[in-house]
Amino acid sequence: MNAAGIGVDAGSTVVKACAVTAAGSRIWQHVELTEPRLEEQARRIAALAREQAGAAPLVATGYGRKLVAGAERAITEITCHARGVFAELGSGGTVVDIGGQDSKVISVGADGSVRNFAMNDKCAAGTGRFLEVTAARLRLAVEEIGAMALAAAEEVPISSTCAVFAESEIVSLIARGAALEAIVRGLHRSLVARLASLVRSLGIVEPVALSGGVARNPAIAAFLAEALGCEVKLPEAPQLMGAYGAALLALD
Amino acid sequence: MSIEGALRYYLGTGIGKGVLRFERLRNEWRLRHRAPKTSSPFSPPLSTSPWLKELISRHYLTGRYADAHRKVAWVTSGAPVEFLKALGYYLLYPENHGAVCGIRRRGEELCQAAEEAGYSRDICSYARTDLGSLLSGRTPVGRLPKPDLLLCCTNICQTVLFWYRVLAAHFRVPLVIIDTPFIYSTAPAHAVDFVQRQLELGVETAERVAGRSIDPAELERVTRRSREAVELWMRVLERARHVPAPITAFDEFIHMGPIVEMRGDRATVDYYRALLATLDLRIARGTGALKQERIRLIWDNLPIWYRMRGLSELLARHGATLVASTYTNAWGELAALIDPSDPMRSAARVYLHPILNRGTGHKLDTIQRLATDYAAHGVILHSDRSCKPYSVGQMDQRERLSARGIPALLLEADHNDPRAFADEQAENRIQAFLEMIPS
Ligand code: SF4
Repeated sequence: MNAAGIGVDAGSTVVKACAVTAAGSRIWQHVELTEPRLEEQARRIAALAREQAGAAPLVATGYGRKLVAGAERAITEITCHARGVFAELGSGGTVVDIGGQDSKVISVGADGSVRNFAMNDKCAAGTGRFLEVTAARLRLAVEEIGAMALAAAEEVPISSTCAVFAESEIVSLIARGAALEAIVRGLHRSLVARLASLVRSLGIVEPVALSGGVARNPAIAAFLAEALGCEVKLPEAPQLMGAYGAALLALD
Repeated sequence: MSIEGALRYYLGTGIGKGVLRFERLRNEWRLRHRAPKTSSPFSPPLSTSPWLKELISRHYLTGRYADAHRKVAWVTSGAPVEFLKALGYYLLYPENHGAVCGIRRRGEELCQAAEEAGYSRDICSYARTDLGSLLSGRTPVGRLPKPDLLLCCTNICQTVLFWYRVLAAHFRVPLVIIDTPFIYSTAPAHAVDFVQRQLELGVETAERVAGRSIDPAELERVTRRSREAVELWMRVLERARHVPAPITAFDEFIHMGPIVEMRGDRATVDYYRALLATLDLRIARGTGALKQERIRLIWDNLPIWYRMRGLSELLARHGATLVASTYTNAWGELAALIDPSDPMRSAARVYLHPILNRGTGHKLDTIQRLATDYAAHGVILHSDRSCKPYSVGQMDQRERLSARGIPALLLEADHNDPRAFADEQAENRIQAFLEMIPS
């Protein structure tokens, strides 16, 4: 067992980092947008982490995991998110991780290990990118659309789960005079429908918990709970779960 | 057939064979004298690999000149070919040619050529590769001989039916279709009768095109050699039950060339006998195909031809390898049904039973049996965008395998069209899957 552990989650949109004590409590965390020169960025962030946690072992995860110099191991987000959420919630269950580039549903065993997982197809349907693209089309900030969707009184159905097709669907809805709020609500519903079918494909094992940056959008948790018919838990810092899990794995 | 044609055939193949033999000897020498790479996770290549290369190259070399002197038939991979062999036909398998194009990374360009002619991207990438090659005249094997006859058996899919009709219209040659009713457990007698009757009609057509009658003794000989080769192939596969496995499914995908394309040839029997001896030597020495074998996996569906090396290296980095596959197994599992003393009846029975002509339950049972027999830790189900009959049911199969304690991964790709494959995402899924398997 090491005295401390560092996790760096080099995602496609955001780089997250975290340091934990030997007991597993978070002592430091850091989040910034992914830069084109990820390798340099990761080196800088690792140095920052080492200032906080000393010469602790480092585990890298995320799409850029192989670019993180000085990492003892590179482990997939699936294993890391499972570990992070397990530590946070203290039990196994189902983790729904919505990332910028892909979404995953992970079935976590009572010991925190991955039992099974499913991921979205090779496209942006069901991912954070879907919301980003469609929000941009509506000239809305991605941070505000969740609250907007929840507050909307009406909802128009969006049949496309494909980000590209949804964009053109929006254009025609606007042309037909649909309310912006109603479209936004419909978009969330469409994203969640895709996620819910992914969850069902693995089988719902409660508790269901969200992780990943998109989980901060309040409409996602609310709609997913509705779609699955069960409570959906939200960790305190969903975006950090991958880095946190990586840091915990660094302790092993 | 003209004298000039015969001359071209014997001269071309004769010189070519000499060159190929020289290459084989040189490669064998290199293999014996080259210091093994210590950094590689793999053991040195199988000592019979240069021989295999010679065998397959010779097959395509003969093909180059075949139509100048011999009758040529283009056939589907699961077609009953013994009667054509007995009649002296040179056989070309467009699917195997497709695989060669895939391995040499020519699949995309040839698929595109077919798409430009109006063939949909939803059509099997073997069909698109073949039609693209036909329309553009491009092939990595030099030249394909023109067919005098086409033989299409629907025991693998319905795609081949339409594909071969296109070929028949293109080449204006007779098309023999063997329609095989779908089988859930074992074939009822009326289904065997039905296929046998079609085979008999097929023989008549093939005789007419060849201008000669079939010699029953020759048909029996070819069938006997087919059975011998298929039995040997099965034994080759079974050697991978050993831990560590002396051969991986990646090797087998390459080594299956002769059993598909040259079943019924003496050379095929000789080759597999030598391969078997090499594997036994590896087992006796405790040598595995992978130096450090930790995780043993089963593969379902066709290989991803253009990423074989990348995938095998990725798995090897995690101490994992493929020890068996339903695909390579399909060429061996029917050995017992082949009866040389009654070639037509037995062909009807054998060619009714390939894995793709049977229910998905049979495939699930096969995977499970392979997992047990080969002491596997998990299964990769390649969801092949092209091959619908092979991929249907995999979602349920994954669930059922998981429920029985065999972890399974669904990997989306396409066997010949790299545009349907995303490297990063595939790697992520595979690595996560391997992390999931306790070791
Ligand atoms: S669809 Fe499948 S069985 Fe049919 S030709 Fe293509 S790969 Fe072969």
